[in-house]
Amino acid sequence: MKLLRLVPDNTRFGFMRFRRVSFPLSALLSIVSVVTFIWLGMNVGIDFKGGTVVELQARSDRANIAQIRETASGLNLGDVEVQEFGSPREVVLRVGLQEGGDAAQAQVVNKLRTAFEATYEFRRVEVVGPRVSQELVQNGTIGVLLAIMVILIYLWFRYEWQFAVGAVIATMHDLVLTIGFYAVTQIQFDQTSIAAILTIIGYSLNDTVVVYDRVRELLRKYKKIGLHELLDLSMNSTLSRTVITSITAILALIALAIFGGDTIQGFCLAMLFGIVVGTYSSIFVAAPILIYLGVRVGEGVGAAAGNADKTVNSGATK
Amino acid sequence: MFRQSTLKTVLIAFTLFFAAYVSLPTMLGPERMKAITGMLPSFLVPKGAIKLGLDLRGGVHVMLETDRAGLTRDLVRQLQEDVRRVLRNERVAPTGGIVAQSRGVSFRVTDAAARTRILPKIQELSVPVSNSVLGNTGQRSLEVVDLGDGLIQLLITDAELNERIRRAVDQSIEIFRRRIDPEGVKEPSIQRQGLDRIVVQVPGAQNSKEITDVLQPGKLEFRMVAEPGANPAEIETLPYTDEGGGTIQVERRVLVRGEDLTSAEPTFDQRTGEPVVSFRFNVKGAQAFAKVTTENVGKPFAIILDNKVISAPRIISPITQGQGQISGRFTVERANALSILLRSGALPASFTLVEERTVGAGLGADSIDAAVVASIVSLVAVSIFTLATYGVFGVIALVALTVNFLLLIALMALLGSTLTLPGIAGIVLTLAIAVDSNVLIYERIREEQAAGRSAISSLDSGFTRALATILDANITSFLASAILYLVGTGAVKGFAVTTSLGIATTIFTAFTLTRMMVAAWYRWFKPKSVPI
Repeated sequence: MKLLRLVPDNTRFGFMRFRRVSFPLSALLSIVSVVTFIWLGMNVGIDFKGGTVVELQARSDRANIAQIRETASGLNLGDVEVQEFGSPREVVLRVGLQEGGDAAQAQVVNKLRTAFEATYEFRRVEVVGPRVSQELVQNGTIGVLLAIMVILIYLWFRYEWQFAVGAVIATMHDLVLTIGFYAVTQIQFDQTSIAAILTIIGYSLNDTVVVYDRVRELLRKYKKIGLHELLDLSMNSTLSRTVITSITAILALIALAIFGGDTIQGFCLAMLFGIVVGTYSSIFVAAPILIYLGVRVGEGVGAAAGNADKTVNSGATK
Repeated sequence: MFRQSTLKTVLIAFTLFFAAYVSLPTMLGPERMKAITGMLPSFLVPKGAIKLGLDLRGGVHVMLETDRAGLTRDLVRQLQEDVRRVLRNERVAPTGGIVAQSRGVSFRVTDAAARTRILPKIQELSVPVSNSVLGNTGQRSLEVVDLGDGLIQLLITDAELNERIRRAVDQSIEIFRRRIDPEGVKEPSIQRQGLDRIVVQVPGAQNSKEITDVLQPGKLEFRMVAEPGANPAEIETLPYTDEGGGTIQVERRVLVRGEDLTSAEPTFDQRTGEPVVSFRFNVKGAQAFAKVTTENVGKPFAIILDNKVISAPRIISPITQGQGQISGRFTVERANALSILLRSGALPASFTLVEERTVGAGLGADSIDAAVVASIVSLVAVSIFTLATYGVFGVIALVALTVNFLLLIALMALLGSTLTLPGIAGIVLTLAIAVDSNVLIYERIREEQAAGRSAISSLDSGFTRALATILDANITSFLASAILYLVGTGAVKGFAVTTSLGIATTIFTAFTLTRMMVAAWYRWFKPKSVPI
């Protein structure tokens, strides 16, 4: 049986030369992300801004959105956003934060129930008070920053500082682009989005570490080759793995996005984007940036950790 | 050398067997589990299946926060009473009464001799704050400040306030349990979160109103209606829900409290036939009530529930038997709910709803179906791709993947984790990472072979080198998940649990099972080259 070979053996793509394209591209995308984020902002869900979300399913065949809108506007709840959700039978109502704190907030659902209980089934109700949402924002931000910091420290100990800095730049790149993705697509940004972002960071770092591992190995092996060539060699020798793993993850996520239901669709789409960007950044950002960070060939990179590895390797190969 | 000790093989086999055993209840579900293991002795049957989160099985989740300001007001009122008692015992009249402040009380005693006499007594009100966890905290409940000019201020300390809140939350959790689940069948989860919050989760509940209704304080008090010309500092105006509403002035002093009730039942008034709640006091309450009613025949008193006067009957004759009834134009349901509230005891504080998430059972079931379909489709897609890429090694990768899944389920069942929707996403991601570990190994083997090594040598060094990379890559991912678990709440936490456990099982399978299977394959076929 002939096996599928996505990346031909002895592929020699000039990854480093390609940085003249990839760096401006990344810079442009990052700027677009930041500008869109400032310009449009994100479609922040109630987790982070507080408010009420109610998902209704009509007891009849079809939800009457116009009527819901009219009834809801008569409830004195401020702006009520009414939207079809999934099928014509289902609608989602979004009510903003009420003036008068948590107590007023808790009353919203009661009002909605009185108004709609007879003709609609309440499939899902979410109420997040103003203080809880603030805490969720705080915890989310702290989580992301803390995770990046811890990983940085780990990489610094495991490799050289240049690698840690390179990995962080690549990670920030992915973070900025993912936030840009949320701003451009206006996919709702909620608690699970934080999980998505952290997974993207984790995946991208995973990819970067695999590539860096190879760079370090080759740096030790070939003391005569120039850095430029050596990085190209590292990228090409890990390319097959990079492609196969990304495709596996992408296949799994596409299935989840299509069949997993509306609740996790946004999550899956963000992850898909993130995995593509994360893979791109480990090859086209994390590796070429080492040239600028001054990694030098023939200087025993990762001396301390390197020696330990060498003994393991020589012990195993003999 | 590419050899594995027998002991190691046995250990791996045992782990797999144990994992399969532990995950049985989760995979089969309670009914089928019972049918299959019905004849086995109970100690052989594995227990503990993975619980489904509320987003998957439907239910109500609410988060409540203690009303700190209200609790502080209660404490201040209590303090005011205590100070008044002390001063009365010492026969000292403060100039301008005892003034309540936001965090304490103040009063003025101009006579220096009287002041020195009462100060030690006032000091005695400040007691050491003890904590059930730490024991004596070394802090006192009150701070007594002499502001000079005869003005004395008592302030409630932070330690005391926090301890009161902590205790109020603990007591309320018990009371909520009695109110929400009097029959003990609903499996509600009622837990403290942080200092002053309670998370109530009731699986299967459809309407949060059923829950929020029983979260009212249920604080019952009997006080006298204020007489004209009473000291304004000692009375307050409360909403009056009987006789067409409005407000009514009552004394601040509480005669008898709801805690002294021994029973409360919904009944009907014998004369009017309207639904009422009849109650009975304990000895202490009965005595206090008898004394008050004897002294105040002909005057009205107020029955106050959660700071609303629900009725204000006139005392016709002394009530010495310690029983009575509360009327307030109730419906039958209201009388019923009220008696449950009173029976379970009043909450020591009132609570505000700060977060609510309700998922209907229908939506939960839909989510599970969707997740199952999605998982199957993604598994099939990944399997086809893996087999097409690696052939026989693809089969090994898929076996490793299955085992990984089994181990993950077993670990989650053992830890008693709850599976949520983001958790399922986490599982899918884990499986992708698990495939990656195989990809790393195989690609490395291929490279080693391309570099001119023999089959056995490329297998051996392929494994050794790839495993170093796998470890590095997974440790970074694990660190990210661990942080996520520590700072995350709810959905995020569920995701973090499955991914971190998944990383652990991935490393385990890559280091043991995959290696063992490849070795077995090699010994069986003795190939000249690796078909990869």
